[in-house]
Amino acid sequence: MTRNLILGGALSALVVLAALISFLWTPYDHAVMNIPAKLQTPNAQHWLGTDHFGRDLMSMIMVGARTSIAVALVAVGIGMGVGVPLGLTAAARKGSWLDEVIMRGNDLVFAFPSLVIAILITAVLGAGAINAIIAIGIFNIPVFARITRSAALSLWEREFILAARVSGKGAARISAEHILPNVTNLLIVQGTIQFSLGILAEAGLSYVGLGAQPPTPSWGRMLADAQTMVSFAPHLALVPGCAIIVTVLGLNLLGDGLRDHLDPKLRVART
Amino acid sequence: MTLLDITNLSLKIGGLSVLRDVSLTVDPGEVVAVTGESGSGKSMTALAVMQLLPERARTKGYVTLEGTQLLEQSEAQMCAIRGRSVGMVFQEPMTALNPLKTIGEQVMETILIHQAMPRAEAEVRTCEVLERVGLPQDRFPLSRYPHELSGGQRQRVVIAMAIALRPRLLIADEPTTALDVTTQAQILELLKDLVQEYGMGLLIITHDLAVVADLADRIVVMRHGEVVETGQTQWLLRNMRHPYTRMLFAASNHQVTLPDTPAQHPLLEVRGAVRDYKTPRESLFGKPGRYRAVNNVSFTLHRGERLGLVGESGCGKSTLTRAILGLEPLQEGEIRLAGTAVTPDLKSAIRQKMQVVFQDPYGSFNPRHRVARLVSEPFHLLDDAPTGSARADLIAETLTAVGLEPEDGQKYIHQFSGGQRQRIAIARALITRPELIIFDEAVSALDVSVRARILDLMAELCSAYDLSYLFISHDLSVVRTITDRCLVMQRGEIVEQGATEEIFANPRHPYTQQLIAAAPVLPEIPEQNAHSQQA
Amino acid sequence: MLRYALKRLLSLLLSLAVASLVIFLVVEVAPGDPASFMLGVNAQADTVAALRAELGLDQGQVARYLSWVTGMLGGDFGTSYTYRTPVAEMIADRLWVSLPLAVYALALSTLIAFPAGIYAAARRGRGGDMAVMGATQLGVAVPNFWFAMMLVLIFAINLRWFGAGGFPGWEAGIGAGLHALTLPAIALALPQAAILTRVMRSALLDILGEDFMRSARAKGLSRRQALWRHGLRNALIPVLTIIGLQFSFLLAGAIIIEQVFYLPGLGRLVFQAISARDLIVVESVVMLLVFAVITVNFLVDLAYALVDPRLRSRT
Repeated sequence: MTRNLILGGALSALVVLAALISFLWTPYDHAVMNIPAKLQTPNAQHWLGTDHFGRDLMSMIMVGARTSIAVALVAVGIGMGVGVPLGLTAAARKGSWLDEVIMRGNDLVFAFPSLVIAILITAVLGAGAINAIIAIGIFNIPVFARITRSAALSLWEREFILAARVSGKGAARISAEHILPNVTNLLIVQGTIQFSLGILAEAGLSYVGLGAQPPTPSWGRMLADAQTMVSFAPHLALVPGCAIIVTVLGLNLLGDGLRDHLDPKLRVART
Repeated sequence: MTLLDITNLSLKIGGLSVLRDVSLTVDPGEVVAVTGESGSGKSMTALAVMQLLPERARTKGYVTLEGTQLLEQSEAQMCAIRGRSVGMVFQEPMTALNPLKTIGEQVMETILIHQAMPRAEAEVRTCEVLERVGLPQDRFPLSRYPHELSGGQRQRVVIAMAIALRPRLLIADEPTTALDVTTQAQILELLKDLVQEYGMGLLIITHDLAVVADLADRIVVMRHGEVVETGQTQWLLRNMRHPYTRMLFAASNHQVTLPDTPAQHPLLEVRGAVRDYKTPRESLFGKPGRYRAVNNVSFTLHRGERLGLVGESGCGKSTLTRAILGLEPLQEGEIRLAGTAVTPDLKSAIRQKMQVVFQDPYGSFNPRHRVARLVSEPFHLLDDAPTGSARADLIAETLTAVGLEPEDGQKYIHQFSGGQRQRIAIARALITRPELIIFDEAVSALDVSVRARILDLMAELCSAYDLSYLFISHDLSVVRTITDRCLVMQRGEIVEQGATEEIFANPRHPYTQQLIAAAPVLPEIPEQNAHSQQA
Repeated sequence: MLRYALKRLLSLLLSLAVASLVIFLVVEVAPGDPASFMLGVNAQADTVAALRAELGLDQGQVARYLSWVTGMLGGDFGTSYTYRTPVAEMIADRLWVSLPLAVYALALSTLIAFPAGIYAAARRGRGGDMAVMGATQLGVAVPNFWFAMMLVLIFAINLRWFGAGGFPGWEAGIGAGLHALTLPAIALALPQAAILTRVMRSALLDILGEDFMRSARAKGLSRRQALWRHGLRNALIPVLTIIGLQFSFLLAGAIIIEQVFYLPGLGRLVFQAISARDLIVVESVVMLLVFAVITVNFLVDLAYALVDPRLRSRT
């Protein structure tokens, strides 16, 4: 359905654009407090209202988008950068000890949910955006390794790979020339989904204080701040919440749209 | 009285017209075969009778079963008819059964869903039916699961499901296409017996004209969604009127003339080859078991010789092929190509002497590359691969040699039909001028008319390039015409080898005799028809 | 079947061993000297030395690892540095909040997802399917802790049907306990239910395209009968995988949700421990979570074998 693709693409583009614009311009300085203007609901001056320090929510949301996108994007990069080569290697050496080690390693990482990895890391290294990236990134590795391996395994059985082997091409060359190009669609779609999961995970980690630390603005921490005030200033929770929902929804729709557009039969893991 | 009467049946899926004014009849106790190449609409005709068409399908016309207008029945009424008045057998026995339920449950379900009898009686009937289709209770109790049975045995279960309530009409859609020849013969025999015993009408859909000629009382030939010709089998074989029918029969029995074999110099020598596979451990700490896929195989292929290798699925011919191609190691024995031992780390200089053409015209090419790149992939083996215009010329020349246009090099593989793709696969195999080409079931997935043209191409190339090849196939009639010498393989061993004509005329090994006896044979087509085909 | 179970059990034990080693390495070896880490930079030398002795840091790392593991096997998780109480007791108290919460949420998620997924698959492409799929698309996008805040706002603050947080303890009665866990469980379950619904639907749709479904229809089963008798059990195989994975998400999610509702569960414990740098507690809670995840996956593997006869007969 192209409807998914257009709607998802538009929503995702909106968020990315907001993040990019925030480098050049925000309605107010996101960090400047203005106590007299505190807790305003959305109005002409402050389109999305202000928080308990009188900071402009619109500006905070725009700058917060940077954090969310950066963390999720780098985490997807780590997951793909490590996971895809591992998956390709495991598939090329199917059944060998290397394959066994890679897959058992994957299973092991799967036993540590990303929040648990984050807890371990912060317990030792302290909280921060970098550690959140590492935690989400590590969690992404087995996701990409697994789907790459299973897609590559079925490709290795195909006759065009046998033909390439008969033409004297080695495993590395076949992986680069024949396997990788035929799994890119899958990786793009899975990458989009992991990106959206990364946004959610970053928000969750920041909410419990394991993610980005002040003064770095983040949607998750805005929600944590809003929690005690939700009874009399619900917009403090609604605004960042909707920002997260719009971003994740946009990315998910984009992922679905890309899948249908590129190849409706793609097997994508969605958990 | 007519059992099934299809009159002017038309079928559209979306905007696509799949069937146009199809008419045919089946009488009780009669076997009617619908035949034709892929896309002829023969399977859709069968599904239209069952009213199991794809959701967007729209039908027009009349399908009358014993006076009941099937196209006018509600879905609930059709459910009462399916399985009770009409049974159906499908092509793929491996996937036609629910893997999570026992065969007993699945056969009994036909009886229980129609509430034909109480459960206790249904169980007795299920045993009887399974017994009848050749699955005796002592060896195949009701509690067996599908994965514990072979393909032929599963097809028997599917037949049991279809005939459990003794329907008046049985529809069989390519029931033996996925089976080996010996199993095919048994299943066809079973169907024939059931028709006689129960007085059922049998509507069998098959592309295999030899099966048709052997089994059917009447033949319906279809092409592009239309009935081209229909008639009593014996009469039709003598009086084919439509050119398409003649072409179809001629192509099914297509013969090619191969050039003479030159002097004998060994090119490929296989000596005592053994290939074992590991099987899962028997116990937790036990040693992995071994399965011997290729056992002590020896043969020689001479330069300029066209050697056939026949055997049923699982006989080890694919494994042997992979070993010869140097894709998998041998555990014992050796394979020598032009004097050099073949191993998985074979040097390019030796590897370039050999190429392969696979069965699947759809899986043999990377969909992301253009034909020119696909065809020139074996250049990787050459130290001095041609570049620039020399390369382009060689690609163009090779494409022309297999009957394609040089411009086709710029297209992607999805722009070609199955037969054209097989030509491209042959071009890829030819481009480095290898001394040996291995054809691994290379024509098995093709329609008969396409197959005939590819066989012609191979014969032409034999004269033009002095080809030597190993032709691996389960199809005896093709091997008979396209090879000089032939090997028969059974359970990992070569049981017989010799000149092809000699083997087919005087098979000595019991297995070869059994194979040849089981293969359905197309009767000789009278002269007049063969002539008019040439005209 | 027994052989399959044994094999899975062996792999469970192996995973646990490796996981414990990883946790031990990260927590006790990576930060250098855990004692000075826990006490901070201003600690006095003799306090550090005392803690070192208490933690057994004067022993070798191998000996420490072994004594940690053997201790856990005997139910001894060590003593919390900050609270001076056995970690096992602290965990046991908190587990009785977190575990019921995760199970409650899993039950809700499954109860919602099964009918919704079956309904959507049966009405594929029609209005009902579109509505369900639209709702799941939204459900997947909602962060559970934000959803929890909205539930508090609506049902606790405005409607006053539930308390805004806290847990009366099971001593107050099972009803009161479940009541307190209801909003948290809903917050946890709905996003997971959205995922599970999608999986259930697509698994069913995959099965509907299988040859044996056509065989079933040829026997005279209606579309619905074929779906129930042949489709559902086959669709259960991918669905079980997801349910297993979801349990670990729910357990981890429970840690966050406990923050929203001020529930005295493992999440609260672990965050207190992190801020107090109480590595002993962090280590034990993480080990317990991983143990739960691995065990659930083991149970899922056993469930596969119950569903699928092909696994039973193989080794």
